Amino acid sequence: MSDIAVELKEVVKSFKTPEGGTINAVDNVDLQFSNGEFFSLLGSSGCGKTTSLRMIAGFEWPTNGEVYIDGQAQGKKPPFQRPVNTVFQSYALFQHLTVAQNVAFGLEMDRVPKKEITSRVGKALELVKLNGMDKRYPRQLSGGQQQRVALARALVKLPKVLLLDEPLGALDLKLRKEMQLELKALQREVGITFIFVTHDQEEALTMSDRIAVMSNGKVLQIGSPVEIYERPNCKFVADFIGDTNFFEGTAEKIENDRVHVDIPALRNTLVGINAGNVKPGEKVVVSVRPEKIKLTNVCNLNYNCFDVKVLNSAYIGSDTRLEVISNQQKIKIWEQNHISTLDPRAFHQGELAGFASILPENALVLHTD
Amino acid sequence: MSKLFEKIRQSKSIQGTLLALPTLIFMVGLLIIPLMLTAVVSFGSRPPEGGVEYGFSLDNYIRLIGFSKDCPVGNFECFNPLYINILKDSAVLAFNTTILVISLAFPLSYFIARAHPKRRNVFLFMVLVPLWTNFVIRVYAWMMILRTQGVINSVIGALLGLFNIPFTPFEMLYTPGAVLVGMVYEFLPFMILPIFTSLEKIDNSLYEAAADLGANPIRTFFKVTLPLSMPGVVAGTILVFIPVMGTFIVSDLLGGKNIILVGNLIQKQFLDARNPAFGSAASLVLMSMTLIVTYFYTKKFGFGEEIIIG
Repeated sequence: MSDIAVELKEVVKSFKTPEGGTINAVDNVDLQFSNGEFFSLLGSSGCGKTTSLRMIAGFEWPTNGEVYIDGQAQGKKPPFQRPVNTVFQSYALFQHLTVAQNVAFGLEMDRVPKKEITSRVGKALELVKLNGMDKRYPRQLSGGQQQRVALARALVKLPKVLLLDEPLGALDLKLRKEMQLELKALQREVGITFIFVTHDQEEALTMSDRIAVMSNGKVLQIGSPVEIYERPNCKFVADFIGDTNFFEGTAEKIENDRVHVDIPALRNTLVGINAGNVKPGEKVVVSVRPEKIKLTNVCNLNYNCFDVKVLNSAYIGSDTRLEVISNQQKIKIWEQNHISTLDPRAFHQGELAGFASILPENALVLHTD
Repeated sequence: MSKLFEKIRQSKSIQGTLLALPTLIFMVGLLIIPLMLTAVVSFGSRPPEGGVEYGFSLDNYIRLIGFSKDCPVGNFECFNPLYINILKDSAVLAFNTTILVISLAFPLSYFIARAHPKRRNVFLFMVLVPLWTNFVIRVYAWMMILRTQGVINSVIGALLGLFNIPFTPFEMLYTPGAVLVGMVYEFLPFMILPIFTSLEKIDNSLYEAAADLGANPIRTFFKVTLPLSMPGVVAGTILVFIPVMGTFIVSDLLGGKNIILVGNLIQKQFLDARNPAFGSAASLVLMSMTLIVTYFYTKKFGFGEEIIIG
């Protein structure tokens, strides 16, 4: 048995457009999902994440390339012959069956003995905390409970891989946050590989062992949540995950992984790390997260320090969010409110706020896509 | 006056009553009262010159269940299952028609429900087009098709004639089969539409979920598609079974003298035999029969609303 649960090799999926052309919803994707990991496919709608998931489930077949599950090429195998199960965005519960019958459905299809079905359904319902609900019909349950039934129905078959297609999309924010933690705990408990499709970057960061960021049918970056957030490899990923400042400029010289970038809007040079593997003379962007910029009264560095004027500010509790300008470069700065006070520092529009100071390791020099 | 409007505005039950009133008057005047009159007439008898002589006698009902007074000479009373058989034949025909219509309508509805939305409307339109032509004219069309020198026999005859094979035309018109074909044809749209409606409501993700859980297409059909489309089948059955029990035009034109159904019996009593009393009794028996069948049917399968309303 290999360590790889599912693998996509050079997978392409093209669809015909109504105008008669073709588009590649999934464009030459290589992905490996390890046994027992919680893997998120993250991207905005139309990026190919759901199509990729559907090809693993067998609802779609690749136009090119191959899907392997547990080392087996799947070809055009129909869904009912694949050792994976899906939790659908719409839950897709059978309204004419009770909760217990819904959960038992997959086991009955596998002709599991009746006694075993009863005990496994009971255990699955216990796992998702729905004990005592077995005789109810889906329409008698809340959205969160229906979600759990969908989860139990898929998990009870002990699939090699569980595919989750934005399963939390229909829940309200509070329930969503609860379910995120619960899902993660559940995944650890059962040890099944979860492939989780979402457009919500916070959700992906919270739950995943690894994340693949997709855009336009291509995988842009694969990495742990920390890697994706702290070391995005391109402008799109930096922009899509969290909030960031972009400084556009030209790479001048590179010494020891430090890139000196001329930023015309700043009329200054910004020194950052070579996260995008750029070369001297290239047009680049420097990405700096707003919480990683310090507002100081004096310059502690003799570089990466720019005097700034306040454009506007908003107190949002945990921090104060400022928009400032240095020459023609607008910069977002999030100042954490470390100290509890009824009289936090006020920022008035147009006043000099001090210096924006950026440590070189917080400035990521990337290609301009 | 303004006080009255105020009161109406505030009371949901007055509003409801007002909305239902026109239909209520219509139904009472044209359904409930005539039905009561029918009941009254059914206890009367036929005077020698025809018509109704009011009274209270159960003779008409006794005659319906087979105890005739026109007996061979010498017997005062005898058993003649003529009308029982007519009722039985009607029920059997209605049952067979319903089964046939379901088995024809289901695959077609499934096909339409899964067709591309643009084409779907064209198909539904095609299902409805025949209804634009008068019911009786469509039955006449079947006579043209089925009769001895009709379309079917002419085509087969011409084809066999090419090879010089002698051909005796089939006798298709005025047979029970002709009546069945006519009934199925006439009532097919009334089964297609409700089944289509309930099939269309089944979200595609349910088929995917069934496949995902290991159900092959056949098991998906029996475990998911069929149970979820039962409301449509139930509604269609009611729309087909009840009218087939009562109509007389199809059996009259396609069955001729050989096929007498309850509908024909009632029609003949009112028009030819000038015996409205016996006709009324037969009407009420027909109505109770369909009511009883519908009651037990819906009790077993429900009206299906608990499946549709999520």
